[in-house]
Amino acid sequence: MRDYITSYLNSSGTPGEAGNIFWITVYILLIFAGVAAGVICMNWLERKIMAHMQVRLGPMRVGPHGLLQPFADALKLLLKEDLMPEQADSVVYHLAPLLVVVVAFTVFIVVPFGPSHAVTDMNIGLLFMLGVSSMAVLGIVMAGWASNSHYPLLGALRSSAQMVSYEVAMGMAVLTAVLMTSLHGGGIYGVGGAQESGTGTLSMIGIVQAQAGQHVWFIFKFFPLGLVSFVIFAIAMVAETNRAPFDLPEAESELTAGFHTEYSGFRWSLFFLAEYAAMIAVSSIAVTLWLGGWLRPFPNWHGPQVAIPGFWQAGSSNGVVDLILAMAPVVAFVGLGGLCFLGAWRMAKNPLFRIQMLGLAAFGALLALVGLICVVPAVRDRVQDIFWFVAKVAVSMYLYIWYRSTFPRYRFDQLMKVGWKVLLPIAIGVLLATATLGVVIQAVMAA
Amino acid sequence: MTPVATPFFFYLLAGLALLGGVLVITRRNPVHSALALILTLLALAGIYLMLYAPFVAGVQIILYVGGIMVLFLFVIMLVDVGRAEKEARFNKQWVVGVVASLALGMLFVSAYVKGKALFPERLARLAEESNTQEIAKFLYGDYLLAFEVASLLLLVAMIGAVVMAKKRV
Amino acid sequence: MEAWSQISTLHYLVLAAGLFLLGVIGVLTRRNVVIILMSIELILNAVNLNLIAFSRLYGLHGQVFAIFVITDAAAEAAVALGILIAFFRNRETVNMDEVDLLKW
Repeated sequence: MRDYITSYLNSSGTPGEAGNIFWITVYILLIFAGVAAGVICMNWLERKIMAHMQVRLGPMRVGPHGLLQPFADALKLLLKEDLMPEQADSVVYHLAPLLVVVVAFTVFIVVPFGPSHAVTDMNIGLLFMLGVSSMAVLGIVMAGWASNSHYPLLGALRSSAQMVSYEVAMGMAVLTAVLMTSLHGGGIYGVGGAQESGTGTLSMIGIVQAQAGQHVWFIFKFFPLGLVSFVIFAIAMVAETNRAPFDLPEAESELTAGFHTEYSGFRWSLFFLAEYAAMIAVSSIAVTLWLGGWLRPFPNWHGPQVAIPGFWQAGSSNGVVDLILAMAPVVAFVGLGGLCFLGAWRMAKNPLFRIQMLGLAAFGALLALVGLICVVPAVRDRVQDIFWFVAKVAVSMYLYIWYRSTFPRYRFDQLMKVGWKVLLPIAIGVLLATATLGVVIQAVMAA
Repeated sequence: MTPVATPFFFYLLAGLALLGGVLVITRRNPVHSALALILTLLALAGIYLMLYAPFVAGVQIILYVGGIMVLFLFVIMLVDVGRAEKEARFNKQWVVGVVASLALGMLFVSAYVKGKALFPERLARLAEESNTQEIAKFLYGDYLLAFEVASLLLLVAMIGAVVMAKKRV
Repeated sequence: MEAWSQISTLHYLVLAAGLFLLGVIGVLTRRNVVIILMSIELILNAVNLNLIAFSRLYGLHGQVFAIFVITDAAAEAAVALGILIAFFRNRETVNMDEVDLLKW
């Protein structure tokens, strides 16, 4: 039994490949916990960041600076009455939020947090993610129809039409990135020295390894083609998850909330959870395909050698740039802890605020402690991949919140027009240009 | 990816597929039938994975479940379901239909019993890691004409569906 | 590479035959047009399962054929549902029994 558990630790594949059920379960539980924690953070961050962008403060009361607000919201939602409209179809009504949540979490099976940190690495991983996330449309259609009322039905129809339209443009943009995995040359235009990559692959880990082998993130590959395809995917993923500025089906009649109008309490929170999990999932696709996944910025630039005894593990590169960028998790966590201490120091000196100040200071101390733990070499090397991946996804989440507070909402016909008449032709054009450029450059290089 | 616990998963997925099939043909409400069909399609996608066909499984999920069933659900929602609930489920000649189907089933059973010896002894060496690449070689190599004709067929179907379903002003 | 597992090709063929029969029964006995169309999809899936079960024995041709079958099923479903909508708009019914304009 113990060999079963420890034998996986010596292998370098994902637990799915090793067929090790114990570690698969551990990874799945970690992903559940991580995504749930991510959704809680997103809830707080969204309210605070939108508030600050609108020159107000956001929730400040529930915990220090509103840090416990998401927990209060979750508690409120759990305690609400569970309604069902009278003539609604009971089976479909209860099944719809389950379907959306299951779909939103299933895509995390193939999301790679590191070269072997995924639950499994299917060799059709990308196809699997696109397919499973296209099943969310079913849940939305079912929810709108089962509510047996006009506004949810209209909201569901519009939402599903929008999601289906933008899936096509998403698929074309994704194909562009997949084409780039089959190139041989390194560097931005593929004219560098011959690299070891060169077989196209749909597996998520394989795509990041292709970026590592070609020494460039695909967002910069064949400039500006990689950038344009990334932008198309970024727009399509915002529309795919029904977020602003494409959230007409949700917030249309803002009095009634679209397809989840008739849901209350825990069922509504399932839709909410599924929406944020889907946001994290499509951001993971974007990060893996274009932004280099778990690779740090400048993955092949090491800088002059720096020898610090005891600092480097045997076999790892030890240049100046490595040193600076390896300290990034430390800087991030200690910085967040410092912000918490700043908040605690600036809090009002009223004795009623003491418990908030102490809570915030304790939270800051915890964050700083995590940061200091990351200095230890054993932890530091393991944490690098996961940290860079999560940092990039966090940047993408911040962009989501920024879009929501900045852009006005699209009207539905404008939304469909953009999806079919603007994004799709550009995506097809970029795909053709990438394919042509790839073939031409490889023919030139082979000659 | 070596398959794990094949008999358990086969019987589970086969049971789900057959259950879904039975529910499709017996439910009064078309929406329930559509959901049962989705269950069948997903179970079949799992069985394709067991048969070393990951690309077809992915295509099944994207196209069938994420495309065709959404289309079915849209149309069911636009067509009046309330009337269907109150009417008879089966038509007048259901007995003949069932008898004919069972006769067909007997034919299948006899074909399998007689032809079982014709299966080759060894399995084809299907490399699973490069399944997508091998299928692509076939699609763009041997079956290129069929591929182009399929895309033309989809264009014709798209135009036909739009023409059939649009409002005549 | 691998030996015969306990689940042989015959198991898959029997499952495909079962699904095919369920689809045929659905087509022959139900009144609602949408359910008949869904039974046709069941038939197509049974055929697909058959093709892929045999492709494990004979090579990838079966899988390519299965992909074409799925493509054609999509086209056919789109056109059939278009016809259904046009018909429903005129006749306000979705029962096959009432589609009897050509009877004399």
